[in-house]
Amino acid sequence: MNAQETRHPVHVVTVAGPPSSGKTSVILRAIQTRENQGASCGVVKFDCLNSLDTARYQEQGIPVLAGVAGNICPDHYFVTNVESCLDWAVQSHLDLLVIESAGLCNRCSPHLKESLAVCVLDCLSGIDTPLKVGPMLKLADMVILTKGDMISQAEREVYRYRVRKVNPKAEVRFVNGISGQGCHRLFESWMDSEPVLTLQGARLRFTMPTAVCSYCLGETRVGKERQIGIVKTLGT
Amino acid sequence: MQITSLTIQGGLDKSGNAELEAVTVQSGDICCLVGPTGSGKSRLLGDIEWLAQEDTPSRRTVLLNGEKPGRGAREGLQGKWVAQISQNMNFVLDMLALDFLEMHAESQGIVDAKEGAHKVIDCANELCGEPFDAQTPLTFLSGGQSRALMIADTAIFGKSPVVLIDEIENAGVDKLAALKLFSDAQKIVFLASHDPLLILLSTFRVVIRNGGMSQVIRTSEAEKQFLVELQAMDARQMELRRKLRAGIPIV
Repeated sequence: MNAQETRHPVHVVTVAGPPSSGKTSVILRAIQTRENQGASCGVVKFDCLNSLDTARYQEQGIPVLAGVAGNICPDHYFVTNVESCLDWAVQSHLDLLVIESAGLCNRCSPHLKESLAVCVLDCLSGIDTPLKVGPMLKLADMVILTKGDMISQAEREVYRYRVRKVNPKAEVRFVNGISGQGCHRLFESWMDSEPVLTLQGARLRFTMPTAVCSYCLGETRVGKERQIGIVKTLGT
Repeated sequence: MQITSLTIQGGLDKSGNAELEAVTVQSGDICCLVGPTGSGKSRLLGDIEWLAQEDTPSRRTVLLNGEKPGRGAREGLQGKWVAQISQNMNFVLDMLALDFLEMHAESQGIVDAKEGAHKVIDCANELCGEPFDAQTPLTFLSGGQSRALMIADTAIFGKSPVVLIDEIENAGVDKLAALKLFSDAQKIVFLASHDPLLILLSTFRVVIRNGGMSQVIRTSEAEKQFLVELQAMDARQMELRRKLRAGIPIV
C-alpha cells in the first residue's frame, strides 16, 4: 500500500522570531482557543542551546517535540529535520503542526514555501528591529507584534509602518501573549492555511548560510593560519 | 470604509444571562463605561477592538454602520481602526519628541510632517499645562505630559475612527479639552472610567454589571449641572497642585 494515500494532510506553520519576543506564549494562547473546534495540535520547538519552553507546552497537554541544535547551525538542523517533524505530526494524528524556531542569527529564515510563515516581533525591542531581523520577517506571510499594550498608540502605528516597509505583503497583527487577545482569530487563520501531505521536495524561502570555514568544524583559535575555507574579512 | 456608527449587540454576562440587546454609538459621541473594577469594562473594550462576532466569551457582536463586517473587512481593519490609550501605556522609544512625531506623521502619510508635529506638541502643552519642549526625549516626559501627548497625537494624526480609552484620570490633563478634541474630530469614543467628571462629560454611560451591559443612562441636563461644581473642584485641585509644586505657600 502506498503510504502517501493513507496520510492525512496537516496544517503546517513555521513561527520564527528573536529570543523572548513571545513566540511560545502566543502559540500556547492560540492553541488554547481550539477547544470548541476539537482540532489536534502539536509543536516542534527548535532551539540552539537548551529547550526550556517544552515544559510549558507539556503542562498544557500539548504534544511537543524538542530539537536542540547544539554545535550545529540551527538552520541546517531545522531543514534536515523538518520532514521527520511532519512524519511525527502525522503519526500523532495532528491537524496542526507549529514549528517554533528560536534564536536564529537573523541572517536566515526557517520558512518554507509550502507552509504558512509567521514572524513574531516584540514592540519593546526597538524601532529598528524590523530592519535588523532580515528574511524571517521579509519572507513571512504573517507578522505578529507582541507587547503592544505597553507602548503608545503612536509607537504602535510607527512600528506597524516600519514592518510594512520591510514586508508590504504580510498581514500584520497585534497579539497579546499574556491576555490572549487576538489569539482566537490567529488560530482560525492558521487552520485556514493550505494543509500539506508531505514536505518532500519542499523549498526553503531563503538560502542557508555558506558556512564552510574551519570554525564550522570546531576551530576555536584566532589567527589567519587557522582560517581555512570561505572567509570574509571586514576590509579594514 | 467610513465608519459613522458602532453597535454592540448584547451577548451574555458572566452568569450566562442575556445583557442589554444593543448599544449604538455615533461619531462624535462619547460613551462611558462605568462599573466596579472587575465588572467587565476592559473585556467590553476588548470585544470592540476585536470586532467580536459571537466568537468571544461574551458572545457579543459588533456592527459597523449597522452592518456585520465581513471577514475580509475584519481582517483588513485589524489593528488599524481602533486607537487605544490606557494608563499602562508608556512611550518607550529613545527619541526626541519632535523627531518621533515627524516619524509618526510620515507613517500616517501626512504631507507637512514638521508642521504637524509642532501642532501636536502645542496641543499637548495646552492639555497638560506643564509645557515641554520639542527637543525633550519621549522617555523624559512626566505621566501627565505623556498622556497629553498621546491624546493630542491620536486626535490630530490618528486615522482610526474609534478611540478606546481605559482609565486616564489623575494624570493632570485638562479632561474637558481632551474629550472635546476627540468629539470635534468626529471619533467614536469609548471611555472606561471611575472619574465623576469624565462620566458626566460623556454623551451617555453604559453600566456594566457582572460582565454584562445592564443599563444605558444618557447624561441629563439636570446631571450636567453637577459639572459646574465638579469642574470648579477640578480647577481648584489643579491650582493647588501647581502652587504646591512651585513652592508657593497656599496659606
